[in-house]
Amino acid sequence: MITLFGKPEPTLLERLKESVGKTRSQLAARVEDLLAGDRQIDPALLAQLETALLAADLGVRTTREILQAVRDKVERRVLADGAQLKTELKNQLLGILSGNGTALPAAANPTRGAESAGTAAPRVIFVVGVNGTGKTTTIGKLAHRLREEGRSVLLCAADTFRAAANEQLDVWARRAGVELIKQKPGADPAAVVYDALSAAAARSIDAVIVDTAGRLHTKSNLMAELEKMKRTAAKLVPGAPHDVLLVMDATTGQNGLSQAREFTSAVGVTDIVLTKLDGTAKGGIVVAIVRELGLPIRFVGIGEKIQDLVPFDPQTFVNSLFD
Amino acid sequence: MFENLTEKLQRVFKNLRGQGKLTEEHLDAAVGQIREALLDGDVNVGVADELLAKIRAKAQGAEVMLQLSPDQQVVKIVRDELTELLGKHARPLFSSRPPSVWLMVGLQGSGKTTTTGKLAKWLSSHGHRPLVVSTDVYRPAAREQLAQVARAIGLPCWAATGTDKPLEIVRGAIREAKLSAYDVILVDTAGRLHIDKELMTELGELKRELQPSEILFIADAMIGQDAVRSAGEFHRRLGLTGVVLTKLDGDARGGAALSIGKVTGAPVKFVGIGEKYDALEAFYPDRIVSRVLGMGDVMTLIEKAEQSVDAKKAAEFERKLRRNEFTLEDFRDQLRQLRKMGPLEQIIGMLPKLGPLANLPKDAQVDEGRLKRVEAIINSMTAAEREDHSLIDGKRRKRIASGSGTSVQEVNQVLKQYMQMRKMIKQFGPAAAKGKLRGLGKLSGLS
Ligand SMILES: Nc1nc2c(ncn2[C@@H]2O[C@H](COP(=O)(O)OP(=O)(O)OP(=O)(O)O)[C@@H](O)[C@H]2O)c(=O)[nH]1
Ligand SMILES: Nc1nc2c(ncn2[C@@H]2O[C@H](COP(=O)(O)OP(=O)(O)OP(=O)(O)O)[C@@H](O)[C@H]2O)c(=O)[nH]1
Ligand SMILES: [Mg+2]
Ligand SMILES: [Mg+2]
Repeated sequence: MITLFGKPEPTLLERLKESVGKTRSQLAARVEDLLAGDRQIDPALLAQLETALLAADLGVRTTREILQAVRDKVERRVLADGAQLKTELKNQLLGILSGNGTALPAAANPTRGAESAGTAAPRVIFVVGVNGTGKTTTIGKLAHRLREEGRSVLLCAADTFRAAANEQLDVWARRAGVELIKQKPGADPAAVVYDALSAAAARSIDAVIVDTAGRLHTKSNLMAELEKMKRTAAKLVPGAPHDVLLVMDATTGQNGLSQAREFTSAVGVTDIVLTKLDGTAKGGIVVAIVRELGLPIRFVGIGEKIQDLVPFDPQTFVNSLFD
Repeated sequence: MFENLTEKLQRVFKNLRGQGKLTEEHLDAAVGQIREALLDGDVNVGVADELLAKIRAKAQGAEVMLQLSPDQQVVKIVRDELTELLGKHARPLFSSRPPSVWLMVGLQGSGKTTTTGKLAKWLSSHGHRPLVVSTDVYRPAAREQLAQVARAIGLPCWAATGTDKPLEIVRGAIREAKLSAYDVILVDTAGRLHIDKELMTELGELKRELQPSEILFIADAMIGQDAVRSAGEFHRRLGLTGVVLTKLDGDARGGAALSIGKVTGAPVKFVGIGEKYDALEAFYPDRIVSRVLGMGDVMTLIEKAEQSVDAKKAAEFERKLRRNEFTLEDFRDQLRQLRKMGPLEQIIGMLPKLGPLANLPKDAQVDEGRLKRVEAIINSMTAAEREDHSLIDGKRRKRIASGSGTSVQEVNQVLKQYMQMRKMIKQFGPAAAKGKLRGLGKLSGLS
């Protein structure tokens, strides 16, 4: 018999069984424990860290690069034990996430100082993303936030496709105490944008938030539809949309990168909102996204209630990757 | 763009030629590449590592098959292992005494309500009388959504009036089903987190009350590593009977299917491939495996091709391929054939991103509208121009543009694409002629 791979070593199977067992316990063990105190840095520890980062959806490439940087320091004996390694890892991640530096201090304020204050032109915020990520819910929460800050808000129901999309946004508008502009199901979304922006100008509204239908970034016709809405907005309000928020579900895996790329190239995403962080998913794909596209993460969604939207805090986020 | 597994393995084994023998290092390198492919495809890291151990052991003991190269043989081992994990193609379950109940569960936004509508439509077209009912008393307009879905597909929806309690709602639906002889009740539920104790308990109560024949976990194909936790917990609480993988019409690899299969043992019964209510398909494990590994859904593609490609035209095309006389006329024929095959995104998603097709995706993301414009442009050419593209100079391009209501730029684009195709066919022709890549050869009109 000629076997595919050399001669099988008798010990190999044992080694395999062992490594499978390790993988299992690895999953159970918290990284926090792995890195506790004076644990020595050895290849096993690094392998466990790799698993932890991968399990948080950071992806192969990002994980490899982060670990490489750490490994270099270990080799140069800059890092002595588990505790120092942990600090270093967190710093690496924070470094990536705050690469967007300038945007962070204003994170609490999506209107970024509302240059439009005093003028009649409203701040126009587009909310986009693939299906079911939490766009409509986020809009309800955001409207509430802006109201709390004393701004006048108008919602635009430009998802004319999904069943009961209007009704859903209508409930949020009432909860947030803001007005809603809508048309019949099946209407041209750009026409709803037109209506909403005209209404906003007439009423000197501070911010218009546009809900858009969920769409997969691979569908060029639907992406073109978004572009058209954007053009319509720009015609009515110079510089609009001022913000294009890409809503991403924290459970999203590696596909998130492709989503961010395509939405950015089609409609110029300005910020990311990471929803459903109240679950067990870590949302690590945003690290890869920030790394590649430099998009700031502005808010995170942490529940289904109106107040469950908070500014993104890199420190908290990074800590949660190691829980 | 991810490199697909075959390419990765080819690289691993490249330096093998001449040397002839695969060593332990080759195996290590191959396993590393397979791991990367699985992780890129969103297979959970723990699940991947367990799979790798098995794959490694199998590769270790595998006998050399003369008809396969080492990389092909390793790919085959990987595919077999993953396919086995996903189980066999499974049929939906009904209870012996109607009405059967199908309970739809899952995380927020995964596609439960839409899938409820799709399944109702599917059941109805298979001779059943389905009734849908929503127990989502939490999310704004959730019940209204299902009511509108039902209206859109022309099927009944139990509108529980006067109660906000899921248990009472489903009791009403059961009464109604018995009264009006509906044989399947599809129960939509609110999206919930697996760690939400209260709402998970609620599902347990619904299960006890309904004794469903199917408890379907509706999972988003884009979900990543956390799928093992959520699916695992839903399964532990409820005992899932099946999985529906939604939003497979995008470019997600769908490795979560493997993670979910591993932790629940429940088979994927359907896949969602669009927002419309007929965008539901049966699930075939081998197809998703190719997809996870980035090798395209070749099987489906070939089937679709066989269904819709006119055999005579195809033979003619093959002849032309061999003789290398691919004209704009043929280009147009190919476009038409392609359009007959269905929504373009679906087809592109199925193509393996390898060989000459590796460089296609950007250009290939044309929508139906653009395809029609391309056709209009070719229609505006004279027969002579279609036969010999070199005739088409600047002046003719202007004429063609105005004739087709497009721009010169677009005409240039079409001509460029056509030239690329010709070039591609030159490389592709011999293989197609040998009959090796038969199905693909016919399809190479894509661009
Ligand atoms: N747990 C949790 N659920 C959320 C969060 N944000 C949104 N959801 C839920 O996710 C589901 C989908 O939210 P929607 O706001 O309808 O999502 P969408 O992106 O507008 O969906 P489409 O318009 O259909 O594409 C709903 O059940 C929401 O209640 C969050 O931060 N945490
Ligand atoms: N592209 C695509 N979109 C889908 C598919 N299935 C569902 N959707 C979309 O995903 C979004 C969410 O679908 P829903 O059916 O509302 O999801 P749900 O699980 O009921 O959501 P909640 O009740 O809020 O938890 C909608 O925009 C649907 O149109 C699919 O197979 N492909
Ligand atoms: Mg919505
Ligand atoms: Mg629903």
